[in-house]
Amino acid sequence: MSPESNRPDPDKLLEQLQAEEKSAKRGRLKIFLGYAAGVGKTYAMLEAARQRKLEGVDVSIGYLETHKRVETERIAQGLETIPRKSIVYHGVTLTEMDADAILVRHPALVLVDELAHTNAPGSRHPKRYLDVEELLEAGIDVYTTLNIQHLESLNDVVAQITGVLVRETIPDRVLDEANELELVDLPPEELIIRLQEGKVYIPDQAARAIQDFFRKGNLTALREMTMRRAAERVDDQMRSYMQTQAIAGPWAAAERLLVCISPNPMGERLIRSARRLADELKAEWTAVYVQTPHDITLPQQKRDMATSSLRLAEELGARTVVLPSNSSAIALANTVINFAHKNNVTKIVAGKPMRPRWMELLRGSFVDELIHKSGDIDIYVVPTLEPARVPPEENPLRPHSPVLSYLASLGVVIAATGVGYLIGNNISPTNLVMVYLLAVVVSAVYLGRGPSILASIASVLSFDFFFIPPRYSFSIRDTEYLLTFTGLLLVGTVISYLTVQVREQAQAAQAREVQSMALYEFGRDLTAIVGLDAIAQTVITHISQTFNRDAVIFLPEEDGSLKAHSSSPNIVIADNELAVADWAFKRGQVAGRGSDTLPDASMYYQPLQTARGIVGVLGIKPAETTHYLTSDQRRTLDAFANQAAIAIERARLVDQARQTEILEITDKLQSALLNSISHDLRTPLVSITGALSSLAEDSISLNDATRRSLIETARGEADRLNRLVGNLLDMTRLEAGAMRVQAEPCDVQDVIGSALEQLEARKEDHPINVNISSELPFVSMDFVLISRVLVNVIDNALKYSPLGSPIDIDAHPANGYVEIEVADRGIGIPKEDLARIFDKFYRVQRPDNITGTGLGLSIGKGIVEAHGGFIAAENRPGGGTIITIALPIK
Amino acid sequence: MSDTDLKILVVDDEPAIRRFLRASLGAHGYTITEAVCGEDALRTVATSHQDIVILDLGLPDVDGVEVTRRLREWTAIPIIILSVREHENDKIAALDAGADDYLTKPFGIGELMARMRVALRRTAQDTNEPVFESDGLILDFARREVKINDQLVTLTPTEYDLLRTLVKNAGKVITHRQLLRMVWGNAYENEMHILRVNISNLRRKIEPDPSRPHYLLTEPGVGYRIKI
Repeated sequence: MSPESNRPDPDKLLEQLQAEEKSAKRGRLKIFLGYAAGVGKTYAMLEAARQRKLEGVDVSIGYLETHKRVETERIAQGLETIPRKSIVYHGVTLTEMDADAILVRHPALVLVDELAHTNAPGSRHPKRYLDVEELLEAGIDVYTTLNIQHLESLNDVVAQITGVLVRETIPDRVLDEANELELVDLPPEELIIRLQEGKVYIPDQAARAIQDFFRKGNLTALREMTMRRAAERVDDQMRSYMQTQAIAGPWAAAERLLVCISPNPMGERLIRSARRLADELKAEWTAVYVQTPHDITLPQQKRDMATSSLRLAEELGARTVVLPSNSSAIALANTVINFAHKNNVTKIVAGKPMRPRWMELLRGSFVDELIHKSGDIDIYVVPTLEPARVPPEENPLRPHSPVLSYLASLGVVIAATGVGYLIGNNISPTNLVMVYLLAVVVSAVYLGRGPSILASIASVLSFDFFFIPPRYSFSIRDTEYLLTFTGLLLVGTVISYLTVQVREQAQAAQAREVQSMALYEFGRDLTAIVGLDAIAQTVITHISQTFNRDAVIFLPEEDGSLKAHSSSPNIVIADNELAVADWAFKRGQVAGRGSDTLPDASMYYQPLQTARGIVGVLGIKPAETTHYLTSDQRRTLDAFANQAAIAIERARLVDQARQTEILEITDKLQSALLNSISHDLRTPLVSITGALSSLAEDSISLNDATRRSLIETARGEADRLNRLVGNLLDMTRLEAGAMRVQAEPCDVQDVIGSALEQLEARKEDHPINVNISSELPFVSMDFVLISRVLVNVIDNALKYSPLGSPIDIDAHPANGYVEIEVADRGIGIPKEDLARIFDKFYRVQRPDNITGTGLGLSIGKGIVEAHGGFIAAENRPGGGTIITIALPIK
Repeated sequence: MSDTDLKILVVDDEPAIRRFLRASLGAHGYTITEAVCGEDALRTVATSHQDIVILDLGLPDVDGVEVTRRLREWTAIPIIILSVREHENDKIAALDAGADDYLTKPFGIGELMARMRVALRRTAQDTNEPVFESDGLILDFARREVKINDQLVTLTPTEYDLLRTLVKNAGKVITHRQLLRMVWGNAYENEMHILRVNISNLRRKIEPDPSRPHYLLTEPGVGYRIKI
């Protein structure tokens, strides 16, 4: 991004293009922004809507809060209102905007008042702005109103100004992504007058607070802030425009901001400050949470603070990262600085430490280390209201209550003293110290930091009292014992500190390892498995085990609808649960219990997403309805979901590949067939054309015999072509299922006779013997079709037998069938080909020049099977082939 | 019957086929008239004297069966239909409507001439001959006697009737339905079984090798024919 060149910034261009593309299908959002209630936002919105209506736009009111103000109600008249829906909650009937009705009605423009409103429980989305986003995505334009204090990033500043903390906030990106922003302004003096005239809506409970709110100073500050925010947006748009048009201007250098998060309830303030700073600097910003082993030992509530800070940062537009590190200040600072260097961070924002000085001396200060190591990077230290890092709470390392541990450490010291007594007479006091040292070490290892420090102090005292001359007093004669005391104390403290740290690290590493192990095993199992069903089952099993919850996987059907594919036993999917899963699938966002959308569902739904798209949805059901997934668990679930998604996609792709392969093979076969047919059709024509053209040639003089021969050739070939065409037609008809069997009781003798009649010319050189059993009844068959089968089979026998060899035809009843056997003394068929000769286009490979396409037998098979019979070939003892046609005697 | 007097109407929408028929039949000295569609054919027969019609079933305007039906409303002119393999039902319909015989395309000119001859002979004379003879088969109508190679053959009355009907139309194909109607009566026109049984018995009695019929030929799917 070099500011010198005048080439349009490609990144910005792409961004703009993508945004434009997206917005083309999306509805346009216009926000009427005001700095306080009563400035006239709703009125302005209605006026604008009126204007649009006059221009011919289809306008509806989605949700309007007139607060019974006459002027507002008047201007709202004439605009169609889409009725609200009622939700009964704890016996109270509330009305909310009916998003579904609006989607059905699908006006071109809809008015939605109070964008930051929180919906009643039971609504699809917990917040109205999420509903509005749905409307926008459906292509409906929206006008809405918003007060400045509802913006996430300004929330705390407004609270500072007005003393009122507003709880309903919307993420800044909603404002940033709005297509149009209209500032509705009213000078504060006029607003106060309106308030006094009773024209401003005040909910009764907040009356006093609102009175405070509506002081001129407050209002002015708010107004200024609102204007500045609106101006920033204009600035942004202008800058964007300048970048895409490559207009040289005073560019801010590309700044990159980093903010450090810790498990701190006031982390939110830090985040918001960082966001404002990032805004001012026009910088990208990243929020980093450095997770130490110690953090893992913190209670759940504290850990959640860190993740909620992270989530807030994400909502406000930061990139979020979690980094592991040791608990020491130096290690923390190093981790942060390394990350900063790797990512070209130019400014780091950290919270001001609030710990007492002595603790900083002892433990080191993170901010100090940061500053020392920062090098080129600017460090911004921002106030927070509580200590930057919460002092580590004592977590008992053993299931003792803390009091017990302290008592136990005293006990150890007493024991050491006792030992000292036993051996003390022969050993110099300096060496006796070792016993106390042992006591301190034991305390540190088994009882914890506090008790071991107590042990250190107690050891020093008892050592002094019991073993240092003068005995049984606290005075010291030899000052070198001071060194011993100090040493003992120091050693005790250091050991206890280190031991505890090591233990904490071990615990943290273990926790991480368990997670990695679970993920590794999951991944390993997945790679080994083939088949979509097996994969789905493995996913369910692993997730159930790891998260101790029932799970279900939803996969899309051919038509795109979602269906439950595999699940843990005991899971029942209700229809409305399926709807939630469907929502998650279509939107690619998590939904259900514990999420922002449809939190009343009984399960948590995570879409399984790969680079190619969403392949399914994973549903997790907690054992009890109040067990939400912790943020750690959510992260791990993400990792699992990714693996699962990839595995499922892989299974699908394998299937696809196989289909494609089959298609390719079929394609190849088809071309081969077409080539074969083409050849077989053309060959007779060669002879015919050749013969006829020779006969037509004037320049050649042919004698009569030659003439006759040519004519006969052409005639024979024409017949052959005719037969081939007939076969192809039959085949086509069979394939298309258009071969209709008109079955009637027929005389088998008649059929055979008719077949032989049709073969008149070709059977000249072969004696044919026909033997028909006298008990043969009339058999139900299609005369024409079966005689054709016989023609094909006998023709086949003739073709593959030497001249003069006999053909024997036999017909007799057997097991409810009539069997017609056609036996020849020909070259026979290799055993492995006996079944395959009935395949299309199959021709037994023989060195002789046998003509014919190989369709005859396969057509025969088709016809016979259409009669409910079967056809088979076997080799004849003594040489030759027997083909048996069996038809059921109905 | 003088060959050269013959006036033949060829009805086919394919110019190549008309050309071939004109060339081959014309070579025998016959007078050939061509029609390209059903209406044409009907008009020509009505307005000019023709001895025989060769009619393609697959006509563009009126189908051949309908042409046959309409012709049969007022004329007994011999009609030979040309059809394609597979369309047995069309052939049967045309024959039942009154066509005399059929040929399956592609056909040889020899076949056509043979069928034409048989069809014309029926009009020319009215089978007043008391005895029919052909290649060893002798049928004496007056005495109701059947002989094969001078051997007397005993037939049931039905079998005799059947044979007689076929012989009366010797050389021409008779459809199943026509046979049933003629021998058993109109009520029996769908009783294929009876026909087949009798044909089977008949064959066993008169054919030297019943499985290779010499006299009584099957027209698959259409009917039967006595060979002459």
